[in-house]
This record gives sequence, structure tokens and C-alpha cells, in this order.
Amino acid sequence: MRSRQRNAIRPSEITPESVFRTRRQLLAAAGFAGAGALLTAARIRADDVPASYRRLQGLTRSRLSVDETPNSFEDITSYNNFYEFGLDKEDPQRNSGGFHPKPWTVTVDGEAEVTGEFGFEDIIRPHPLEERVYRFRCVEAWSMIVPWTGFPLGDLLKRFKPTSKARYVAFETVYRPAEMPGQRWPTLDWPYGEGLTIAEAMHPLTLMVTGVYGVELPNQNGAPLRLIVPWKYGFKSIKSIARISFTEQQPHTTWSDAAPHEYGFYANVNPRVDHPRWSQAAERRIGTSLFTPKQPTLLFNGYADQVASLYRGLDLTREF
Amino acid sequence: MSSTLTQRRIRLVGKPLAFALALLPLSALLAGAAGVRQFSLGANPVEHIQDTTGIWALRFLLLTLAMTPLRLATGQPWPLQFRRMLGLFAFSYAALHFANYLLLDRTLNFAEIIPDITKRPYITIGFTALVLLVPLAVTSTAGWRRRLGAHWLRLHRLVYLIAALACWHFWWQVKKDITEPLVYAALLAALLGVRAWRERAHQRL
Repeated sequence: MRSRQRNAIRPSEITPESVFRTRRQLLAAAGFAGAGALLTAARIRADDVPASYRRLQGLTRSRLSVDETPNSFEDITSYNNFYEFGLDKEDPQRNSGGFHPKPWTVTVDGEAEVTGEFGFEDIIRPHPLEERVYRFRCVEAWSMIVPWTGFPLGDLLKRFKPTSKARYVAFETVYRPAEMPGQRWPTLDWPYGEGLTIAEAMHPLTLMVTGVYGVELPNQNGAPLRLIVPWKYGFKSIKSIARISFTEQQPHTTWSDAAPHEYGFYANVNPRVDHPRWSQAAERRIGTSLFTPKQPTLLFNGYADQVASLYRGLDLTREF
Repeated sequence: MSSTLTQRRIRLVGKPLAFALALLPLSALLAGAAGVRQFSLGANPVEHIQDTTGIWALRFLLLTLAMTPLRLATGQPWPLQFRRMLGLFAFSYAALHFANYLLLDRTLNFAEIIPDITKRPYITIGFTALVLLVPLAVTSTAGWRRRLGAHWLRLHRLVYLIAALACWHFWWQVKKDITEPLVYAALLAALLGVRAWRERAHQRL
């Protein structure tokens, strides 16, 4: 069964390179390439990363990177919200040592021609890995700059040939209470679920992530496979993905189910729409000094030029 | 004779020891700020200071309220001698909590601070608790106690309301898991319950 499905995706189904290149040129021309992007990538210091992490080979540096200095590997791996491993920011690093990200399979189902269970290697093999430095904004009003490694989610989704009925993509985190101590408590309705519209999922900025700082993703950051949707609050970027479903209806998502008045389906970063309990106008950049003021939050986390068109005609104060 | 000795012991050993212990959370924060690795303030130091000072303000409030039941339980008068010190530590940690919010978190940006206090209920509640603590801290001296006479006790009953507001403030700012605020609220309910029960017992007499 498994081996048949393994062959279900053929190399011919990968985005042709010419299309891939053209798209990149278009994006660059659109003005968000940033001449400094390469310099930023060069500033990422590999010696920050403990030698125990496996380095990822053959990375290309993405022109979609922002020109800001990344946070340290230490900050990125020690300050995490990942309730599957506990509620405190330090818990994921502390409690994720017993999690085994390999071997890994992802179930793909719903409105697509190609469905089934796919091994991690089958998922990532056809895709060239890129390093992309992105802004990351948590709904709790803090932010980081992170050098992710991954490939566009859209390139993967196309391989499954979504049908015309597929209007949304739903994602689910793995459910392993034996390895994820936080799942032994009904803090949230496990397994964690998230979702995107098909247009959001296909957007070139939406990244399927396998690494950070040029090494394999640490457990606390969502090993082995997570999403990054850089213009949305962090909770949309689901970790440790075990299921991808193409759906006709807007999927249930964990945080908007838990507190719909506080966390909406879209969760676009928006300084003008406050969380009911705090302002979203400013954010604290992790890794700055005690005396550094909060900085203003940017609409769509600074990616408005690229993504605002996705929400034309939508009232962002209601669809928050 | 033995009671004088106990007085001496409380003054020379008990109180300095309690004072030193109560300064430990603050010392850990200062060590962290000074860069001592074991006391690191973590990736988000402002938040860490905010959470630490807040939780200790609440703990000291509850400790203060625990002294009367402790006296009832032990039949000893000494717990009451720690009440003022514990109460003043509750106020001090609450003041640091607020100062951290004003200075480090909001960098005195009153365009944000004022709407925070007026529009966000959990901040309104926390701020109210702090404001109500001020007269209690000011009138904590022997001189004020004498001058206020019977009013002093009535005024200081405000601490029941303050502790309830502090628990509520903590409860309301938690994103999802309310276990911890629930524990503190239950402790407060027990501490106030002892008083209510004693009050009823007195009335029956």
C-alpha cells in the first residue's frame, strides 16, 4: 500500500524550473527582493548552532528574505509556544527531548487527486531547499527574525492535484501524548489544527519548513515539518504536521475554536485590530536590550505589498 | 520570661531571616539583569520581570493573609508580627510590577498606557488593586495605626478586596490554562473562609 503511494508523485509533477525561475524574477521585480538579502543571509552565523544538529545540504539563499539581522539560535530555540510540550515558553525546549521526529509520515486526504500516506523523504525530495529570513510575529506581541529553511508550500500542494472543490487546506499536528506531555491535558482540543484558504496556501511566501539556521528543525520548533505563514500571527504556522486535508468548507482551527472572540481564522498581523486584552500596535523584538522600546507592528507583518490583494473586499476588523 | 525571649528571637533572627528570604526573588532578577548565567532572564527579559514581580506580589498578599489563620492554628501570637513586613513586600513587588510595566514595557508611552488602564479590564483591575494598596502601605506605621484607632482596622480590611482583585487580574490575563490562577484563587478562598467561619462562630457565642 505504502509503496504504491510512494510512487504516486512523480518527478514530472514538480513545478517546472522555468516556471519557478520566472516567478522569482517577477517577485524580485515587484520590489521585495532587497539587495541586502544576501548580506543578511551571510550574517547568519553557523557557529551559533551546537554541533549536535544535522546540517542541511544544498541550500540556496532566497531573495524573499528580509534585510534584518536574525535572532540568535539560542533565542529561536529556547522561547517557544508549543503547548504540546507545555505552557511556558521554556517548556518546549525542556520537554521535547523524548519526541521522535523520524520516521515520519504525512496523511494527505480530501479534495485532491493524489491522496494517501507519504513518508517525510517523499514529501521533501523533489524540492530544492531555500534559506529565507522572515519576520515572525506572535499574537502575544513579541517578534523575532528567523532564518528558516524550506520550500514553498504551493509547490508541494500542486503535486497532490487539488480538485476544483478544494477551497481550503487544513493541517493537523501529530497526536502522540506519550512523547508530547502537554497533550496529556485537555488544555486545547488535541490534535492541534490549523487552516488556510487555497490562495493563502499557494502564495509564494508560504513556506513548508524543515530547518532553521541551516540545520534540521529542533523538536521545539516543530520537527520535522512545519508551516511558516509570515504575514499571520505565529499560531497559524502549525508545527509537526501529520495531516494535510483539502476541504470545501472552512476548517475548524484550534485557537479560533478555543476563543473565537480572541483568535480568528485569518489571524493576519494587523496593528489596527487589537486583541481584546492587549494592543497589537507594537511588538517587543526578542533579543533586544531591557531598555529597547517596543517597535511599531507593520500591517501584514511588513508583507502587505505581497499579500494585501488576497484580502480585497474582506473586512479585516471582522475577519480578524 | 520565655515570651520575652521569643520576642527577642523574632526580632533578631526571625524578622531578618524573613526579610532576606523575601528579597530572594528580587535578587534573582537583579543577578539575571547583571548577566549571571544561572539567573538568566531568558529571551524576553521584560516579560520575565513582569511575570516574576506579579506572581510574588500575589504570593506575598496571600502569605500576609495566611498569618491570622496560622495564629489560630498554632495558638501562638508570633505570626501576626510578620504580617506588616509581608504586606509591605506584597506592595513592593506590586510596585515593581507596575514600574516595570511603565518604564521597561511601555517606556512611559502614555498614549498606550492610559487606554490600557481604561479600556483593558484586566489591567484596570490590576491597577485598582495597586492603587488600593497605597493607603495600606502608607498607614502601616505604628504612628498611623495609633492615629487612626478603630478606623485603621476597617481601612486595612481593604486587603481582602485587593487580594480578590489580584487573583482576578492574574486569572484574566492567562491565555488558556487557568490551573495556576485557580490554585491561587482557591488559596484565597480558603484564607477568607477561615475568617468567615470564625466570624460566625463568634456571633453564635
